[in-house]
Amino acid sequence: MQNEKAEFKKNILSSQIDLSKFELATEEEKKQQDVMSESTTFLRDGIKKLMKNPLAVGSLIVIILVLLLIVIAPMVVPYEYSEIIKVNGSRDRGAKNLAPFQYSEKELEFIAQGGEIFPHIMGTDAMSRDYFIRVVYGTRVSLLVGLFASAIVLVIGMFYGSVSGYAGGRADLIMMRIVDIIYSLPDMLIIILLSVVLDQVLSGNKSIIIAKLGTNMVSIFIVFGLLYWVGMARLVRGQILSIKENEYVLAAKAIGAKPGRILTKHILPNCLSVIIISTALQIPSAIFTESFLSFVGLGVQAPMPSLGSLANAAREGLQSYPFKLIFPATMICLIVLSFNLLGDGLRDAFDPKLRR
Amino acid sequence: MNKPEYLVEVRDLKQHFPIKTGMFSTTPLKAVDGVSFTIKPGETLGLVGESGCGKTTVGRSLLRLYKPTGGQVFFEGEEVTDSNMTALRKKMQMVFQDPYSSLNPRMTVEDIIGEPLDVHKLYRGKKDRREKILNMMELVGLNAEHATRYAHEFSGGQRQRIGIARALAVNPKFIVCDEPVSALDVSIQAQVINMFEELKDKLGVAYLFIAHDLLVVHHIADRIAVMYLGKIVEVASADDLNNAPVHPYTLSLLSAIPIPDPHIAHSRQRIILEGDVPSPMNLPTGCSFRTRCSYATQRCAEECPSLTDRGDGHFVACFNK
Ligand SMILES: Nc1ncnc2c1ncn2[C@@H]1O[C@H](COP(=O)(O)OP(=O)(O)O)[C@@H](O)[C@H]1O
Ligand code: SF4
Ligand SMILES: [Mg+2]
Repeated sequence: MQNEKAEFKKNILSSQIDLSKFELATEEEKKQQDVMSESTTFLRDGIKKLMKNPLAVGSLIVIILVLLLIVIAPMVVPYEYSEIIKVNGSRDRGAKNLAPFQYSEKELEFIAQGGEIFPHIMGTDAMSRDYFIRVVYGTRVSLLVGLFASAIVLVIGMFYGSVSGYAGGRADLIMMRIVDIIYSLPDMLIIILLSVVLDQVLSGNKSIIIAKLGTNMVSIFIVFGLLYWVGMARLVRGQILSIKENEYVLAAKAIGAKPGRILTKHILPNCLSVIIISTALQIPSAIFTESFLSFVGLGVQAPMPSLGSLANAAREGLQSYPFKLIFPATMICLIVLSFNLLGDGLRDAFDPKLRR
Repeated sequence: MNKPEYLVEVRDLKQHFPIKTGMFSTTPLKAVDGVSFTIKPGETLGLVGESGCGKTTVGRSLLRLYKPTGGQVFFEGEEVTDSNMTALRKKMQMVFQDPYSSLNPRMTVEDIIGEPLDVHKLYRGKKDRREKILNMMELVGLNAEHATRYAHEFSGGQRQRIGIARALAVNPKFIVCDEPVSALDVSIQAQVINMFEELKDKLGVAYLFIAHDLLVVHHIADRIAVMYLGKIVEVASADDLNNAPVHPYTLSLLSAIPIPDPHIAHSRQRIILEGDVPSPMNLPTGCSFRTRCSYATQRCAEECPSLTDRGDGHFVACFNK
């Protein structure tokens, strides 16, 4: 009876497959099935692809060179960004508006006497300060603003977006309407208003960090924090909504995983690539905004330079000294372009939707 | 306390999804509409029906992955609620239909199988965890050397084994298997089904084995329930259902099974269902099958037939058969 039933079961299945035609696999054949392709992780695979993209690699090299420049140059160049050039210990007020690699009269005298003067690679500005070191510091400030602002946007946007997307329902609805409202504000107007107001509020506060960075810079961070996270929040929410539908999220629930674990172990890692890409693209946009604000006079405080304020200062006497606009403007273009190209490269290499 | 007879008992389970039909109006989609069944310890109940009839939803609301609209589920005599479900997840597990989307692509096999252990803190120390994971991999026939590989590197059959190992890691007494082989190649289907049988014999787990294919279910199940549009229309032992089906829908399902012998195939009469499956948002009155049933009478349109015992645990929901 038992046997009969087993036989019957076999028969019923065999209307689809004829089991008698199958042979048992030998150990050797089983081993063959185990042979798998070279193990590649998502990261390694992505980096490999990135390295094949000449534009992305070029941009990465440019960014690294710029970083090296702003770290090393202040150590090598013997000038300060805020000080008038000194020759032999005394101030040289005659070193105004020198062209690149030009020396002032005093400096030439000093060289004739056998002294050594570090060349003014980009000339000097209207206040007899070395322009090269000012551009280097300006780049530092601009990059710092870009990175910090993007970090703020990333943290707020990711937190808000993941809560909204994962909670869903009414909470999601309300949170997204708030985002819509912020999104619809004319951002340049708000930035200008906020920086004026914040500037006054903050100038009463004499804490060390604010004093060092300048109230304007701090207000730029706050403005970014308040305004630009909404784009990131929307992006993260959209990602989470689509990833939430995957069965592995349901599987984690079936295992008994708590929402926090599901979010951090299953959902966020799977939208990480998109978040990284959009952060990389956020950096140039923050740099651009900072340059713009500095250009209209709302950026960092003098004597601290930023690329935007340098470009602004160069407007006077543009006809006689065009190089003073060319240097900071080229730097802005170089940085913004490199980050944009790198961001695009990252997207091509890491976006799961573009793979395969 | 005496041991309850049933491991799992489902009473009148209902799962209605609200579907937006207008700006402010919603219509319930009755995916599961009053399903009852029981499973004894170590028993396998097969659940068959066309795709879209609510099989997956039965499995998921049974495990409270969705919040059921109505009905009760008892596990070992205890009613399952939201508050005791977390603890019960150690005893009731699930294997998913799609071996591709049910494994997180960013996790290694080790972490996927280890996650239930992490969640329920079922090990002492790293070494113990690894040992348990490797044991699981061996149990389902995976090469232990591949523990650090990512799921996307495996074939469909191997992936389904990973999913099974994940379900088994907590040592459950009951597993819902939601069409675990329908996404696999036919040759691999047999392997995986045989593995389910072996595991049943070795570990004594009970299954709710969902499939849209009667052949697959008949091979593994002790009893089979046939579902149509959110309701169970016939339950019987596997052989009974095959040899003496009663419900008109079951008859049509059985007649659709291909028979390799051309003589038998020729002499057999195929029942071809007419019309489409009605939408679960707009069910016919009375018996849901009446729009396609050749035995339908006036009464079928007025009343809804309930499951009645036809002897030997053979239950059928039909007035005229
Ligand atoms: N989360 C959901 N929301 C709305 N409708 C759903 C949901 N899940 C399933 N359904 C609907 O419920 C019905 C039954 O689906 P399902 O249980 O997946 O069927 P089966 O597994 O038998 O193919 C289908 O009509 C499907 O569209
Ligand atoms: S109750 Fe009526 S309509 Fe339903 S299956 Fe039986 S005969 Fe057909
Ligand atoms: Mg299904």
